[in-house]
Amino acid sequence: MIEFAVDTTAEGVGVVTPKGRLNMASARGLKEVLDGLVAGGTSRIVVDLAETTFLDSSGLGALIAGLKSARQAGGDLRVARPTEAVTTVFKLTNLDRVLRPRDTVEGAFDA
Amino acid sequence: MEPATAGYGQHVPRRLLVIRLVVLLTALLGVNYVAWRWVFSVNWDAWWIAVPLVLAETFSLVDSLLFGLAMWRLKERGEPPPAAPGLTVDVLIATYNEPIDLVMRTARAALAIDYPHRTWVLDDGNRPEMREAAEAEGIGWITRSAEWAGMPRHAKAGNLNNALLVTEGEFLLILDADQVPLPAILDRTLGYFEDPQMALVQTPQWFANVPDDDPLGSQAPLFYGPIQQGKDGWNAAFFCGSNAIIRREALMQLGVSRYADAVEAGVQRALRTARSVLRQARRGLGPDDDAVRRALDSIEYDISRARRELARGEALMDVTYRFQQRVASVRRELVAADLTALQSDLAAIAELERSAGEADDGLAGIDLGALDQLSARDWSPLGAVETVQALVDAVDVDLGSEAQPIMPMATISVTEDMATCMRLHGLGWRTAYHHEVLAHGLAPEDLPTMLTQRLRWAQGTVQVMFRENPLLQRRLTWGQRLMYFATMWSYLSGFAALVYLAAPIIYLTVGVLPVRALSTEFFIRLVPFLVVNQLLFLVVAAGRPTWRGQQYSLALFPVWIKSFTSAFGNVFLGRSLDFAVTPKTRQEVDRPPWHLVRPQLLAMAALVVAAIIGVVRVGTGHAGAAGTAFNIAWIGFDLAIFSVIIKAARYRGFDPAATAPPTARRGAA
Repeated sequence: MIEFAVDTTAEGVGVVTPKGRLNMASARGLKEVLDGLVAGGTSRIVVDLAETTFLDSSGLGALIAGLKSARQAGGDLRVARPTEAVTTVFKLTNLDRVLRPRDTVEGAFDA
Repeated sequence: MEPATAGYGQHVPRRLLVIRLVVLLTALLGVNYVAWRWVFSVNWDAWWIAVPLVLAETFSLVDSLLFGLAMWRLKERGEPPPAAPGLTVDVLIATYNEPIDLVMRTARAALAIDYPHRTWVLDDGNRPEMREAAEAEGIGWITRSAEWAGMPRHAKAGNLNNALLVTEGEFLLILDADQVPLPAILDRTLGYFEDPQMALVQTPQWFANVPDDDPLGSQAPLFYGPIQQGKDGWNAAFFCGSNAIIRREALMQLGVSRYADAVEAGVQRALRTARSVLRQARRGLGPDDDAVRRALDSIEYDISRARRELARGEALMDVTYRFQQRVASVRRELVAADLTALQSDLAAIAELERSAGEADDGLAGIDLGALDQLSARDWSPLGAVETVQALVDAVDVDLGSEAQPIMPMATISVTEDMATCMRLHGLGWRTAYHHEVLAHGLAPEDLPTMLTQRLRWAQGTVQVMFRENPLLQRRLTWGQRLMYFATMWSYLSGFAALVYLAAPIIYLTVGVLPVRALSTEFFIRLVPFLVVNQLLFLVVAAGRPTWRGQQYSLALFPVWIKSFTSAFGNVFLGRSLDFAVTPKTRQEVDRPPWHLVRPQLLAMAALVVAAIIGVVRVGTGHAGAAGTAFNIAWIGFDLAIFSVIIKAARYRGFDPAATAPPTARRGAA
């Protein structure tokens, strides 16, 4: 099972932390969490992948869908702290050319 | 089509050896004949027919060589590996406007599939009565999400892409609304996915409502058999849109990597366009527009910076985010600077609004968001502001013109299956063809519907050839490239057919011979090639009927030609394909629809008239008996080919009483 911890920083950045396996069964859950944040007015979002043990292409699909909603609302979506295995999935699909994972959650919107 | 049976595999090596021997013979004799034709036998004095004929013959030779190449690796898989327990599967039934009863017949059969799964009706028609019928029997109902409103719908590909995001099984069984699955369909196919690189397993499309003589050529025993098995041998088994099981991860990976590629290409293109748009805009500025000129300079600087950043390998989203933020801020400055000039306009508008009873604070109330809107308004006096707006839109990396950023099923063609499969192969996935009838479908039962369907298939294939030519796909092996190319090549037969019709008519009526002489040498080279070519068909088919297929590949020449011209117009000139969904129910017709096959009827009449003239010319001493006899024999063959059109036009639909029940003959699988 997967859990999504949702937090908002003082700067108004939404932080979503998927805990567990982010796969075809849980991707839709992530998309709903992200859409909910954007609908609630939080369009700058960091997805903290430090506790994501597994990520498949459906999980990537949910991240991309979230990125689209955030950008359409004038914000952005950043990913932070992926594990080695998750980084491999980014590379496999060339998505690392599009989204650069950040080293920290706090600094995700710095540059 | 005989289902694969246990033990059949033991014969494969010998069968394959025989096939390879005949393939080699066909290739040798074919090249020998056509090379000789080019070098020694073209009648250059009558080049206007001689060259088309030798080109048509070369086309046929290449067609035959590509067929031989596929047969070289014929792969008969036999018994499938057993399905692992515990896999999750979604059965997806795609429908648009088919009758509810027909969809429900398929849906009930899908529900009754043995292997545990979930069943969904993907209702592109968004019909309340379809939903009610499905849900009443515990079948899921899915229609397009709100995101699709006002976006390109992409027909069946879009329907499936939509469903992919709301289902979650590891595997998907894709069914057309009229393909009734057998209970064993998943147990017999899931085993292939033990191979972690296996993306897709295609099973045959076989039609239950077709009489033995198959007047409309609906069954494709050669395609759903040796041809798919040959492609399978090159790891190029085709996805045919229905009766296939797909690994979700493969499709989603395809979707994500296509997204990444599309974003990269889109951003590079947008930045290039942006710069030229900017220069265009600057040309229109007057000497007093200093503020605007400075703003445009500033944006041009940002474009250069963005391109440098991309060249350094910075992530696209970071580059475009910064760029869009910069452009937005420049735009705000620009509009703010221009507000004094606008003030009188605004006052007038505010006055209007006040008089309409909507109090407005005037300029003080305009926030940043309102400024954004302001710059998008048509009445803005600065054309450059709008240009800036267009720039921001152009660098919209979210692919705002599509409903979903991820489109796993290819949308470049009206037949999404072939393009999707080719891209999966490009990513290194494997596919398999499992030769066992595991669904009973419904074929068109009248000529108009059949013609529409064939045109659609041909158009889709040609679209893919124009948009993503398989020969140029560097990530495919050469075998795979040629297997895809072979299918596209075969649709060129429409043009060859024209020449094969014209050549004997021209000889018999005006006496012009496109070859130097109908000499003994000509026949010694031609006849053995024709014989081994037919022998290859015979050996490969192993008892399957092939004559209908041969007839239709020539007799539908107007359809094939139209598929090329319309797909060319669509891909290169942006014209509509006049795309029509294939009707699944019989269209009632009172009399044979002769008007739909007028070109074929005219061709047949011309052949007959030419034969009569030919005989008269021999009688009056204007033509030689041997040449005339040869050409009349050729015409006889053409007429035998075209006779299927008359049969098809007169066909009145399927009468089950006239045919033995299909289960008794074929469904033993």
